[in-house]
Parts: sequence; C-alpha cells; structure tokens
Amino acid sequence: MLDDELLDHLQRGAFGYFADEANPANGLVADTSRKDSPASIAVVGLALSVYPVAVERGWLTREDAAARTLVTLRFFETSAQGSGADATGYNGFYYHFLDRESGKRVWRCEVSPIDTALLFAGILTAGAYFTDATSTEAEIRALARELYGRIDWNWARNGKVAVAHGWKPENGFLHYAWEGYNEATLLYVLGLASPTHPLPAASYAAWTATYQWERIYGCDLLYAGPLFIHQFSHAWIDFRKIRDPFMREKGSDYFENSCRAVDVQREYARRDPNEYGTYGPDSWGLSAGDGPGLRTMRVHGRERRFFEYTARGVPYGPDDGTIAPVAALASLPFAPALALSAVRHFLELYPEWADTWRLPSGFNRNAPGADSRGWISEGSYGLDQGIAILMIENYRSGLIWKLMRNSPPIRTGLKRAGFEGGWL
Amino acid sequence: MTTSPSWRNPDPRGPYHLLIIGAGPAGLIAARAAVRGGAKVALIERNLLGGSCLNNGCIPSKAIIRTSRLYREMRDAEHFGGRVPGGIAVDFPAVMERVRRIRARLSERGSAERLAAMGIDLHFGEARFAGPDSVTVGGNVLRFKKALVATGARPVRPPIPGLEEAGYLTYENVFDLTECPQRLLVIGGGPVGCELAQAFARLGSRVTLVEEDPMFLGHEERDAAQLLSDALARDGIEIHLDTQTTRVRVEGNDKVADLVNDDTKRTVAVDQILVGVGTAPNVQGLELEAAGVVYDDARGIPVDDFLRTTNRRIFAAGDVCAGNRFPHIESAAGRIVVANALFLGRQRLSAEAIPWCTFTDPEIAHVGMYVTEARQKNIPVKTFTILMHEVDRAITDGEEEGFVKVHVREGTGKILGATVVASHAGDLINEISLAMSAGLDLHALARVNQPYPTQSQAIKMAAGAYVASRRTSFRTWLMTKWLSW
Ligand SMILES: Cc1cc2nc3c(=O)[nH]c(=O)nc-3n(C[C@H](O)[C@H](O)[C@H](O)COP(=O)(O)OP(=O)(O)OC[C@H]3O[C@@H](n4cnc5c(N)ncnc54)[C@H](O)[C@@H]3O)c2cc1C
Repeated sequence: MLDDELLDHLQRGAFGYFADEANPANGLVADTSRKDSPASIAVVGLALSVYPVAVERGWLTREDAAARTLVTLRFFETSAQGSGADATGYNGFYYHFLDRESGKRVWRCEVSPIDTALLFAGILTAGAYFTDATSTEAEIRALARELYGRIDWNWARNGKVAVAHGWKPENGFLHYAWEGYNEATLLYVLGLASPTHPLPAASYAAWTATYQWERIYGCDLLYAGPLFIHQFSHAWIDFRKIRDPFMREKGSDYFENSCRAVDVQREYARRDPNEYGTYGPDSWGLSAGDGPGLRTMRVHGRERRFFEYTARGVPYGPDDGTIAPVAALASLPFAPALALSAVRHFLELYPEWADTWRLPSGFNRNAPGADSRGWISEGSYGLDQGIAILMIENYRSGLIWKLMRNSPPIRTGLKRAGFEGGWL
Repeated sequence: MTTSPSWRNPDPRGPYHLLIIGAGPAGLIAARAAVRGGAKVALIERNLLGGSCLNNGCIPSKAIIRTSRLYREMRDAEHFGGRVPGGIAVDFPAVMERVRRIRARLSERGSAERLAAMGIDLHFGEARFAGPDSVTVGGNVLRFKKALVATGARPVRPPIPGLEEAGYLTYENVFDLTECPQRLLVIGGGPVGCELAQAFARLGSRVTLVEEDPMFLGHEERDAAQLLSDALARDGIEIHLDTQTTRVRVEGNDKVADLVNDDTKRTVAVDQILVGVGTAPNVQGLELEAAGVVYDDARGIPVDDFLRTTNRRIFAAGDVCAGNRFPHIESAAGRIVVANALFLGRQRLSAEAIPWCTFTDPEIAHVGMYVTEARQKNIPVKTFTILMHEVDRAITDGEEEGFVKVHVREGTGKILGATVVASHAGDLINEISLAMSAGLDLHALARVNQPYPTQSQAIKMAAGAYVASRRTSFRTWLMTKWLSW
C-alpha cells in the first residue's frame, strides 16, 4: 500500500471515532469509545479541529461541519458557569469531563486549564476556518470570540506566576503547577493573547525558567519524557523556524526539538534498558496512554510491574513495556519515514487494526492479553484519534498550521511569549 | 556515650578560646579542629556524644539500609543468575543487633575518654547562656572568648488530631524497635521518610508512605523524584503523594489513619506510625537572650555567611541554624567556624561545594546549583546526561537505574552543579564535588584516567559528551567559515 493510501485509511478511520462518539445535540464527544465514557473537553477541542479537515477531505459537507461546530459552541455558551459543584465550567474554563447528555461535571473532576486550552484550540480553529458570510459561520466566529474573551486566565494562576493544574469547588486549586517543558505551550500562548484577562508575560518566562536543556544519547534537546508533550501544541502551531528566547539561546526551535525527541525515543527503544525485548527501530512510542492495569507479575522469569493509564516516558520512565502506537504516528511531521515505518510494523503485528484503521491507545507484548501477542488496549481514545488526524493533515497539507498562523490569538500569544522569526 | 558512673566534669579553665554546646557532628568536628590548632576548648553535651547522627540518624539508618538492600538482592537473586537456598526469612532482632553493634563501635572513636585525652574539657549537662561570654552547666560557670552553638534539632511533632494519643515513632526511637511492624505508615516523604520506608518495606513491613507535596524530596529534580517514586513502588510501598493525614485513632490493636488526597478519603490500619516530617531546632532552654543571640523557635538561629550569629563572638552550625539548606554540612560548618572564630579566617559557607545524598535505592545525590536556580539567575545552562544503562559497569552490576546529570554554563565546561541518581550516587557525586572545589571543568574531567569498568565512568562519559559537543560545534563553525570563503 502506498504511503498516501495508508494515511488516507488511518485518517478516515480515526475520523470515524468523531462521527460515532459525538452527541449531535450538544457536540460533546466521548473521552473513549468504552461504554459509559463521559465527554472530555479536550476531545471536543480535537473534534472542532477535525471538522475542517473532514470538509477538506470530503468526509463532511461544509454545512454539516459548520452545523456540528455551532451546536458545540452554543452548548459551551449556554452551559452553566459557576462555582457550584455541578456546573459545566468556572471563570470561562471548563471541567475536564462532562456528562455527554447533560453537559454537567462528572467524576468530581477538576476545572482544567490545559484541557480548556485544547478545547479553545479547537474553537479558534473553527473561528479561523468558518469565514464565510453565512449566518451559521458568522455565529461561529462571534461565539469563538465571546467564549475566548470569557476565560479569566489570571484566576488560574491562583496569585502565583505560573498557571495551576486545576481547581475543584470542593477544595480549590490543585497543588501542582506547570513545571518543566510540557504540552502547556499552547495554554500559555492562548493565555497571553487574551483580549480580556491576559496572563502577564512574566508567567511564560517563569515557566520556561523551569526548562532543562539536555544532551541525552548525544542529542541536544529540551527534555520531556512522554512523546505526546512534543506533539500536542504542534497540532495547531507551526513551530518551524519560530523561536522564543529559550530556543534562541539554544539555537533550535520547538519543531526541531520534537524531531530530536523522536531520535531519543528510538535510541531508548534500541537500548531497551529494561530488556522487554519488544522494542526496536519500528517499535517505539512511550507516551501518555492506557496500560495493562496496575499489577506485578513474573514474565519470562522477571518481575514486571504494569501500569494503568499513565504518562510513560523516556529515558527516565515510567516504562512498563507499553507502546502508544499513536505517539509514533503523530510524529509524522517530525520524522515521516520513521513514523510510517513504525505504523506499518504495528499493522503487521496486528493486522486486524486495519479493520477499523483506528489505532488503540496502547499495546504491551509482555503483559498477558487475549492471545500470545499480549495486551491491547480496548476500544479507542478520542485524544489519540484526534491528534492522529491533525498530525497527518499537517504533514500532508499543513491545513491546521496554515489556518492558525492567521489566527490573531495564536499570533499575539506567540509574540507576547517572545517568539520571533519564520512565518511570524 | 553518656557519662560513665565514674565520669566527673572537669573544673572550668576559663575563659575558653572556644566553648561548644552540643557534641553532634558539628560540635565534635569543631572541637577536634580547635584543640588541634592549640586552642583551649570546652565541649558541653547533655545527652549522648555523637548527637543524632551517630545515635539515631545517619549511622543507624545506613546500617539498617545495608541489611535491607541485602534482602532485596536476595529476592532478586534469580535476576542475577543466583539462587537463594530455602525461603528468605527476615531476622529482625539480628538486624537491630547489628545496628547497635555498629553504633557502639563508632561511638568508641568519639568516647569521652578519648576527647578528654585530646585535651578537650568535656562537660556533661544542660548548657545555658548566663551572659554574652558565659555559660552555665551543672552549677559551673564557663567563660569563653568564642562560642559555637551546635545543639542540633529534634523531630517535628505534627499536629494531627489523635496522633499523640495513638502513639508513634520518630527517628529518635524507631531504632529501638525489637519487632518489625507488619504494617507501617510513614508520614513524610523527605529523605528520612523515604529511606526508612524503603528499608522497612524490604525487611518485610507492608508500608504506606504519605507525602503532602505532589512529589518526594521536594527540593530535588523532578526526574530524580520520579525515579525514586518508581523504585519505592517496586519495593511494594503503597504511595500516597499530595495527601494529608488528617486524623489518627486507635481501633483494637490497630492505629487507623485517615488520608485525604484532593477530595478522596481513605483509611489505613497499621501497627505502627513513623513520622518524618522534618526537624525543629534545639533553641529552647539555651537562654540565648542572655547572650544577645537572636533566634526563632521554629526556624532556629540565623547566621551570616561566616556562620556568625547576632552576637559576633557566638557562632552556630549544623541543624540548629535557620534556613539551613544543607542539614548535613556539619563537618564543613565545624571547620569554617574554627577558622573564622579562632584564626581570623574569612571562610564563607557559600564558597563551599556541598554535596548531599538521600540514601534510598537508588541513591539521589546533588551538588551545586539546580538548573532552575541557574536559570533564575539568568545563567544559560546545558545539562550533559548519561543514563546508567549506558555504563558498562552498571549493566554488569544490574544497577542500571538512574543517571548522571552535569549542569554546565552553556558554551563552557564550567560545572554549575550535578545530580546523580544511581545505586552508589553518594560516592559518584564526590568526583564532581572535587572538580567543583578545585575549579576543574568538564575538559579536565574528560582527561582523568579511570580503571575500567567502574560506575564512575558515567562522569567521564558526561565529560566526554561535553568535549564531543565542543568539537562538533567547532567543526561546524570551521566548515561554515570555509564554505563562506
Ligand atoms: C534517620 C536520619 C538519617 C540521617 N541520615 C543522614 C545522612 O545519611 N547523611 C547526613 O549528612 N545527614 C543525615 N541525617 C541528618 C544528620 O543526622 C543531622 O544533620 C546531623 O546529626 C546534625 O548534626 P548537628 O551537630 O547539627 O546536631 P546533632 O547531631 O543533633 O547534635 C546536637 C547535640 O547537641 C546536644 N544538645 C542540644 N541542646 C543542648 C544543650 N542545651 N546543652 C547541651 N547539649 C545540647 C544534643 O544532645 C545533641 O547531642 C540524618 C538524620 C536522620 C534523623
């Protein structure tokens, strides 16, 4: 199968997730395809970004995509905001998980700045794509502006310089703050650009002050262990040749950095320090994802500990032998040949994945599963399917990158963060 | 050790050149250094010579850690291609007997008789300042020209409702246990909590470890704390980060603790609770006011970079100092005090490269600056990382977990600091401390010859990576110049 054909299948298969799992009444999309899964606002953000791709690829009509988008935005506009325990959001942010029908908070989860940022990446993508003069598209643009302006980013700092991980009505802000390089670049860019409650520029500087520039396996890079960190902000922002003060100091950029992250992942897989015997040049991709479950057992004479859903990373772990295949696929813009080769290898190992063309969240050939090929995550995850579609699209046509290059919040946020050069 | 029945405090020979309160490591090191320099020295101790380090700190903890590591290795024997005959049964009384034996052996070195023989006037009793240049002990008044307060610290007793009533262990009495608790709750994920939680888990306790911060060893690098978390979990410890112990009660033979993480509540029932949530300085009862020494009950005695208190004649060192970032620098501090107090020295604490180590498995050691500190000072930093699984000897030893990270000023080989996570990180860090103290850069370290294979090859490899990166950038520069001609 030609590369292009393979990518067609993978992209179209992943899009099926959003067709199957979105609630047409409010636009909310399930976190996973598993029974009783609530909606995740981050997955909604991905869905909103995926609809323009679907139009361009001919999977949806523009009207259908605009209608889905409008339903979603209207839901977020009208849903309850407040400090009450069953609201949908607070101070313009939203709870991480929502009931798919009622849209109310579930699992006593947190108001989540990062997931809100992913949601808004989608909202702003919609605002940038639906530029026609129809009343539907005009309303999409107006709602995108209104919702974005509603977010009180400064509240999320809780009086500190950096943004907190979350807030719960029961006990206030979570103790964690965003430290070290991670997927929060997007969050800071959107926060800095806010027309109403912008984050101070100092908050971005304070965050990047926690970065570590390391030489690992002979590769210089801004370190982050799990691969998704090197991908998520990149789904929307074209980081090629634009540099913030940190990257200027290091003579690199975040795109180049993600390329190096792939090299480090593959080198780790080659070395396989924990001797799983299942990693290799085409078997890599340690990232956030589902796992075989929390258990310790002897496998081939060695005690192995497996984890449930967690952020696996290299080279410091955690590493239980689980590979997140989508992490390899979403590396496509950074290392096309390597990513494709890995995906082909996965499909050789598990030919049945081609039935739906939806890659599962993880597989682990050391952990027991239904057959001798080990454990495979059940169903699929919305984040995986969304990032797969967007990264494939950016690789193929640069659609989302081009759209967002012209999105005022992205441009302003990047500039306020001190980015210069390239297309900026 | 405390006074033997025949011990008599010497008659005061005032004024002493240096009077020291507290015979822990800080006090003992200062006393020995001062008397060697010809000074007339008084040393006052109210309890056991050696302080908490010898009696219930560094020494007993390292002794128990050694045995617990042995048990871990026995359980892992198969991985090393070995076989342990029969089952592995922990003989806890034998473990503790070894701890006591080691403690007794090391206390010999600093016995009262030996100190007296060196010429130190050793006074047993509670010391109190009577004025800016005098101290009372056991009814005697001792006068001094210079004094050093090295009274150490004691365990903080957290105000958890029900904890006092239920009873609990601290480092002061945990080494007196005669039975290994089947179920142990450790409150506090700092060095003491982590070291002992792991040791007890390996000796057979079912350990629950609770830390209120989102990571262990709050001041250490994230990756180091992450590796430690994984290692503790591998030892079967049930870990609760970002969790508060809100209440303790007794139910039958159990001590039951309520743990709250975020808005999730859990209860654990255990046989013993060990509290390791930090220390409070021993400042009460010293009547520091009489000497004009400012102090804070919770934080201790503030000192300047020369370790002087607000009374210029009185110094403080060790755990009693306020804002002491290096609780274990008694030896450096003792030396600095003697130099500054007696020999017109101007030695600064900040000029020292002071390494420290948490002796978990893997050990976590650090020296100098952290990356965040450097970046906050606008120093561009680059880190050269070598994973222990790149090091031949670590592979042959089955000790591949961890890394050596050397932080340098970007574009130079000047070492700003380093973190080592490895089975023997406490030993590995010494090479970097030596380099920092001697002003050697990574170039110099790359030229050091080492026997092969050793784990400290990791440091040479980091230095080698630096040299290689310089060569590459020089080559690139040269090529660019060449091509632009
Ligand atoms: C379990 C545990 C493990 C540890 N492991 C390590 C380690 O591996 N490495 C490390 O570097 N550090 C370690 N530490 C820390 C280390 O033990 C302390 O930092 C060190 O003991 C402090 O020395 P010090 O001289 O300041 O005080 P101390 O050792 O506490 O000595 C102070 C002395 O002053 C005496 N005193 C107090 N008040 C008076 C008074 N009014 N009159 C007379 N005498 C008085 C006390 O009786 C005591 O003997 C550990 C601590 C614990 C609890």
